Amino acid sequence: MKSATTKSAKRGTHDPVIIIDHLYKGFGDNKVLQDFNLTLNKQENLVVLGRSGSGKSVLIKCIIGLLTPDSGDIIVFGDHVTDLDHAALDRLRTKIGFLFQSNALYDSMTVRENLEFPLRRHWFEISQDEVDSLVMEALENVSLPHTVDMMPAELSGGMAKRVALARTMILKPEIILYDEPTTGLDPVTAKEIENLIVKLQKKYKTSSIIISHDMTCVKNTSDRVVLLLDGKCYTDGTFDELKNSTDEHIRQFFE
Amino acid sequence: MTLIDRAKDFLDQAGQIARFAGRLFSLSIKPPYEIKELLAQCYFIGYKSLPLVGLTGFIMGLVLTMQLRPSLVYYGVQSQLPVMVGIAIVREIGPVITALIFAGKIGSSIGAELGSMKVTEQIDAMEVSGTNPYKYLVATRVVATILMLPVLTVLADAISLFGAYIGVNISSVTSFNLFFTQIYRNLQFGDVIPAVIKTFFFGFAVGVIGCYKGYNSSKGTRGVGNSANSAVVLSSVLIFVIDLLAVQITALLGLN
Repeated sequence: MKSATTKSAKRGTHDPVIIIDHLYKGFGDNKVLQDFNLTLNKQENLVVLGRSGSGKSVLIKCIIGLLTPDSGDIIVFGDHVTDLDHAALDRLRTKIGFLFQSNALYDSMTVRENLEFPLRRHWFEISQDEVDSLVMEALENVSLPHTVDMMPAELSGGMAKRVALARTMILKPEIILYDEPTTGLDPVTAKEIENLIVKLQKKYKTSSIIISHDMTCVKNTSDRVVLLLDGKCYTDGTFDELKNSTDEHIRQFFE
Repeated sequence: MTLIDRAKDFLDQAGQIARFAGRLFSLSIKPPYEIKELLAQCYFIGYKSLPLVGLTGFIMGLVLTMQLRPSLVYYGVQSQLPVMVGIAIVREIGPVITALIFAGKIGSSIGAELGSMKVTEQIDAMEVSGTNPYKYLVATRVVATILMLPVLTVLADAISLFGAYIGVNISSVTSFNLFFTQIYRNLQFGDVIPAVIKTFFFGFAVGVIGCYKGYNSSKGTRGVGNSANSAVVLSSVLIFVIDLLAVQITALLGLN
């Protein structure tokens, strides 16, 4: 099985924003990622598919620096993530959005304060009018401007997911990492989230890694799909290529 | 678990807390400073604790006076009641009881709040948005506990002495002026300053332990409960240990 890096190069997309090279990560005896390779190209929606517990979330947490790999290299916009100090990592993180599976909205803040928080932390010169305008623009993107003064506890699961997406987008990141964006949502709401992911990707020309095992989400959002199996990149290709595969490991996701 | 394993666990945790506190020092002195969040925490930790601390201080002074009075009457030295109560409150009972109440209210609150944020990935969300959660959440809370506990202790001492004045007047009549003049004449530098200084360390212990336990919370809601509980238990024990050390140090310095 050739590595994802090699396959991407063959595809002819030579503008990678993330390169993962021979990544290893384990927790004690549990070896989660073993010699994992991946390339994310600019303005590409890449879905990482895999079974629960296969290390998909660990992968994106390594990319954003929440977890430290045991070995291997992660290069984001030319920066080696594992070599960055705290300040440099924080600067890099402003270019990367992360949508948590649990949404991770700050539950002691209103929706407005949740959205203002990253703006206030990074765009120091911004006026209150500009902050208000950006907050409302972010909420309008997810069709929830009326929730601006609500608390996270007052939102439904789908609304909370959309608010979390608005917060993820508010600093206009160039890369977005989605951790199972449709898990726990009903099919209608899940479809809305999938459409939002595609819409925002087109509008802001972002590159995305979407972690999922929801095949409808994979089909609707992916430009390319990578299958994570036994800690390795087992295969990658388009949704249709994988769907038509006769490999038994791939087939089990489509049956 | 054998005794050796327990000792190893204890030393391991002590080392982790020391490292946690060391990181706090190194980050707290580096700009940018989280002044707005620090002021918010001072408000919640200090101002919001005042009613509880004030009430317990008042009852403490009142009860202490009522308990001491019969013994002093028996020995015929009831005139020394204000002095005895004053020194006991200012030197020992005020700082320690206030710190224990503070540990119960603030230590558990910090442990539960940070623990809840940890298990719901809010701390991770803060980190990935490019904000250092250690600086924003931990440093501000620890500095606020260090600054607010001495203020609360001084206020609790004052309210407690007023409670003692009420206690004295339940069984006899003593003027306000006479009561407080007797206390002030007998209180010395060595009674007040070391007692206030040790409350900074009490505040530090409550803040660091609460944050450490919350920040390292795991295992869902049970983990949050455990964090809040162990934050109170451990910081209460540390308050007594610090108090013991403070008494020894003030004795060595000849301030007793």
